[in-house]
Amino acid sequence: MNQTQLGNRKFIIGGFFCFVALVYVCRLFYLQIVDERYKMDAQNNTFRYQTQYPARGYIYDRNGKILVQNEASYDLIVIPRETKGCDTASLCDVLEISKKEYLKRIKKASQYPNSPRKQSVFEKQMSAKTAAELQEKMYRFKGFFIQKRSLRKYPKPVAAHLLGYVGEVSKEKSAKDAYYKEGDYIGISGIERSYENALRGKKGVQIALTDVHNKIVGSYMNGEYDTAAIQGKPLYCTIDVDLQEYGEKLMKGFKGAVVALEPTTGEILAMVSAPSYDPNVLVSGKQRNRAFAKMYQDSSLPLFNRALQAMYPPGSTFKLLGALIGQHEGVIHRGSVFPCAHGFPPMGGKPKCHSHAAVNLPGSVATSCNSYYSYVFREITDQKKFPRYADGYSHWRNMVMSFGPGTHLGTDLPYDKPGNVPSADYYNKVYGVNGWKSNTIVSLGIGQEALLLVPLQMANVVATIANKGFYYIPHCIKGVGKQGEVDKKFKEKHFVGVQKEEYYENVIDGMQMCFDSGTAYWERVPGIVACGKTGTAENPHGKSHAVFMAFAPRDNPKIVIACLVENAGWGSVWAAPVVSLMMEKYLTGKVTRTWEEQRIMAADLIHGKNLLSTEFH
Amino acid sequence: MARNLENKVFFGVDRLTIIIYALLVFMGWLNIYAAVYNEDHQNILDTSQKYGKQLIWIGGAAILAFSILVIDSSLYSAFAYGFYAFFIIANILVIWLGREVKGSRSWFRFGDFGIQPAEFMKFATNLALAKFLSTQQRVVNTQFRLKWKDIFKNYKGMFYAFAFILSPLVIIKVLQDETGLAIVFVAFIIVLYREGMNVGVLIFGLLAVVLFVLALIVNVTSLLIALAVIALSLFLFVPRNKRNFISVALVYVLAAGVVLGTNYVYNHLEPHQRVRIDVLLGRGEVDMKKEGYNVNQAKIAIGSGGLLGKGYLQGTQTKYDFVPEQDTDFIFCTVGEEWGFVGSTVVIFLELFLILRVIFLAERQRSNFSRIYGYGVASVLFFHLAVNIGMTIGLMPVIGIPLPFFSYGGSSLWSFTILLFIFIKLDASRLLIFR
Repeated sequence: MNQTQLGNRKFIIGGFFCFVALVYVCRLFYLQIVDERYKMDAQNNTFRYQTQYPARGYIYDRNGKILVQNEASYDLIVIPRETKGCDTASLCDVLEISKKEYLKRIKKASQYPNSPRKQSVFEKQMSAKTAAELQEKMYRFKGFFIQKRSLRKYPKPVAAHLLGYVGEVSKEKSAKDAYYKEGDYIGISGIERSYENALRGKKGVQIALTDVHNKIVGSYMNGEYDTAAIQGKPLYCTIDVDLQEYGEKLMKGFKGAVVALEPTTGEILAMVSAPSYDPNVLVSGKQRNRAFAKMYQDSSLPLFNRALQAMYPPGSTFKLLGALIGQHEGVIHRGSVFPCAHGFPPMGGKPKCHSHAAVNLPGSVATSCNSYYSYVFREITDQKKFPRYADGYSHWRNMVMSFGPGTHLGTDLPYDKPGNVPSADYYNKVYGVNGWKSNTIVSLGIGQEALLLVPLQMANVVATIANKGFYYIPHCIKGVGKQGEVDKKFKEKHFVGVQKEEYYENVIDGMQMCFDSGTAYWERVPGIVACGKTGTAENPHGKSHAVFMAFAPRDNPKIVIACLVENAGWGSVWAAPVVSLMMEKYLTGKVTRTWEEQRIMAADLIHGKNLLSTEFH
Repeated sequence: MARNLENKVFFGVDRLTIIIYALLVFMGWLNIYAAVYNEDHQNILDTSQKYGKQLIWIGGAAILAFSILVIDSSLYSAFAYGFYAFFIIANILVIWLGREVKGSRSWFRFGDFGIQPAEFMKFATNLALAKFLSTQQRVVNTQFRLKWKDIFKNYKGMFYAFAFILSPLVIIKVLQDETGLAIVFVAFIIVLYREGMNVGVLIFGLLAVVLFVLALIVNVTSLLIALAVIALSLFLFVPRNKRNFISVALVYVLAAGVVLGTNYVYNHLEPHQRVRIDVLLGRGEVDMKKEGYNVNQAKIAIGSGGLLGKGYLQGTQTKYDFVPEQDTDFIFCTVGEEWGFVGSTVVIFLELFLILRVIFLAERQRSNFSRIYGYGVASVLFFHLAVNIGMTIGLMPVIGIPLPFFSYGGSSLWSFTILLFIFIKLDASRLLIFR
């Protein structure tokens, strides 16, 4: 082939180019002139999507009283590039902002990550009055519109920690989860967080048609493709709002926590963390910021949910577990007696004990003998059947943990702490591999050492005793939605390591004696057979914590309460009255011992004021 | 003096080409203005907006064009390999020195402005290829044997020619992950064809594309049977001898290989590329709100233009950003919507006319180097035109490459300007070369 022949290829190449161009022109003719479909589509393209925000689900207490409801709130939305010709001066007047502030906000709404073409919030959570005033003059405010949202409202200012609060979704979350856009609200703590998916409902969208000037000219397809916002599902809470409110009143002057459970279901009747706050202050913008700033600085930590997150040594209340496990292991029985010489003799009288007569098992519970439970702990862990001491110890630990301490109970509230039952490895590290034996750590037997429980676990231990061998996972929601669905894990019985009813009866006898003749004698509830156990948890950081746990009535128990008051000394002085008053309130509906009630409510241990100096001269 | 210089610079320059070029650049800028237009920024000189920046790029392009015309034309041939080596290195270095944009490192950044070395690889490759093919040729020429086909019979020559084309393709695709910029180098196959490559290669290439598409939309087994029937029926027309049997069998095996390999290749594409092919062929369920969005919105914008368009700056689709990348790769949507069928056709014909003009000029060159370079220019421009407009009207898969002289972007405008003006300069000095 020579150059002239190759030269003919220019016609092939040029012809091919022309052919492709012609095909494209034909295609354009089809698209632009023949086919009408795309012209229709173009009209439909000029939509504006307006999100319809659903109201969150209501929350009711166990008797159907409203715990959380909603209140309308109005946001002013701006699309910066459409604000040309807006009556800025009167807008500033209504919102009570300066022209400078106005420009600042417009600038913020125009810059990344916002955009002049996108909707941004200009003013958050306006009052109904401001919104109405704006609405009247809306035609003068080009590029602005009002979006309705709903905010939480709490008819009674109680159960702040339990209910949690709602706030703006974090950037990380909105980036990960397609449901949330920046500026959306989400449950941040408490029930609001753990039941977010049920409470949030479903966003809707309204599609509006706009013209070339982006003015809304009507709804798209008469709203055929609009979706209405669906309100979140209602939640039925296990809380008794009256008991909760009463508990919070009693605990007002204390730092500490109260957890009340219904042992036959595991339902949480009340969960008080003191000091608390009015949940209404965390609802909206400016007020929330102020409240947060104040509470963060408060040394009494009002934002901290002590009932789930504060880990305390259980003190003497832990002896109940010692008595149960000891019987189960066969190292003690109802008639067992141990020496007590104002303390634990093998260790030279430590831990110390107070003066009391020689006691059998129920008596040891009632008098809370330290020496007795030091012996019990030693007998359990030193059993011959275990080749090494660590094995005996681990066996004891597993038995304890079957009651809940040291584990996450699996409750439906977020951020619960597991507490601590130290492992054998821990002591191996502290004392060296064979460097520890029962006497080294004997104060575990009386609820001290490195043992830590959260108040919810304390209540769960008593519930297990009241049930004589099993518990339901403590939970605070007994129904989601109108059908009242509930996670089936809350319907399952959890059996603990000790099962024989007789062992429980022996311990419960001692707990009843505690009210009849023991440490809680002054806290008897008239007409009700209650069983309890006091505790004084030694605390390396300061004055001992007062602990008290009880259930009532003895036959067919209806309520279990554990109470811890920080730095309050003996359990019988501050913790037992709170428990006893709450039991009376719940079981009889009224409180007869008003003097006791007044004494507790007037106390203020947080600021160190003595009760008698002010109100009771 | 000034007059002299002007005369010298513009001596022999093809004014028609320059006029079409200027017209296209001006129309491109008008459409970029329309694509980014909004009421807040109406000042055409606002350099925070793309149309303002494009003015700066256009100014730069004019300076570049002028400089190219001033420089002696023999320089381009002399430094052809030098340019090639320089830009190959630049394209490798950009991976470390460049700024990451949308996941790939292919930009050198200078303040608000960015340069993509891959764009400049086009003219450098064109120069090097022209130089290589023309020197191969000269050896043949000195022996007074005008056997052009020889380069392509000689495997070494063939190998080098393909190496010049494929090296930048591989570097840009693999290292920079810029599929659109890389695939353009395929256009140089047209140059090889013009210079004597066996037409069979081209035909088989086209056949492979057709088979690939067929294998994706029809059943593979029935396709293979159909091919066998076609192959056998060939013998109704050709003599049934051993040689024909072997060649038909060979072609059939190759074709079957393409058909059977299709699924493998398809499954090893990146997900977004697979989706683009699906969108083009209407395979499976294409969601017009997601993967089909770009193409569908582009078609809506163009389709809604009608015969005469909605008028300048009146396009609703354009104005409200329904079409992504509207100022760069999808600039043709603005043309289609605001200028209608008439405007779109004018643009296509203007671009086509420029390309045909370049071919006409290339054919009148005395120097092989200039002719080959000219064909390179025409091929690259055509490839961009065909793929870019093809994707906006749903005839090609979406590949991010610009419309020559039209799309926003300094690198592409400058690279096309350099590409074209080197040729204009070579053409202007064609009478000075007597080879």
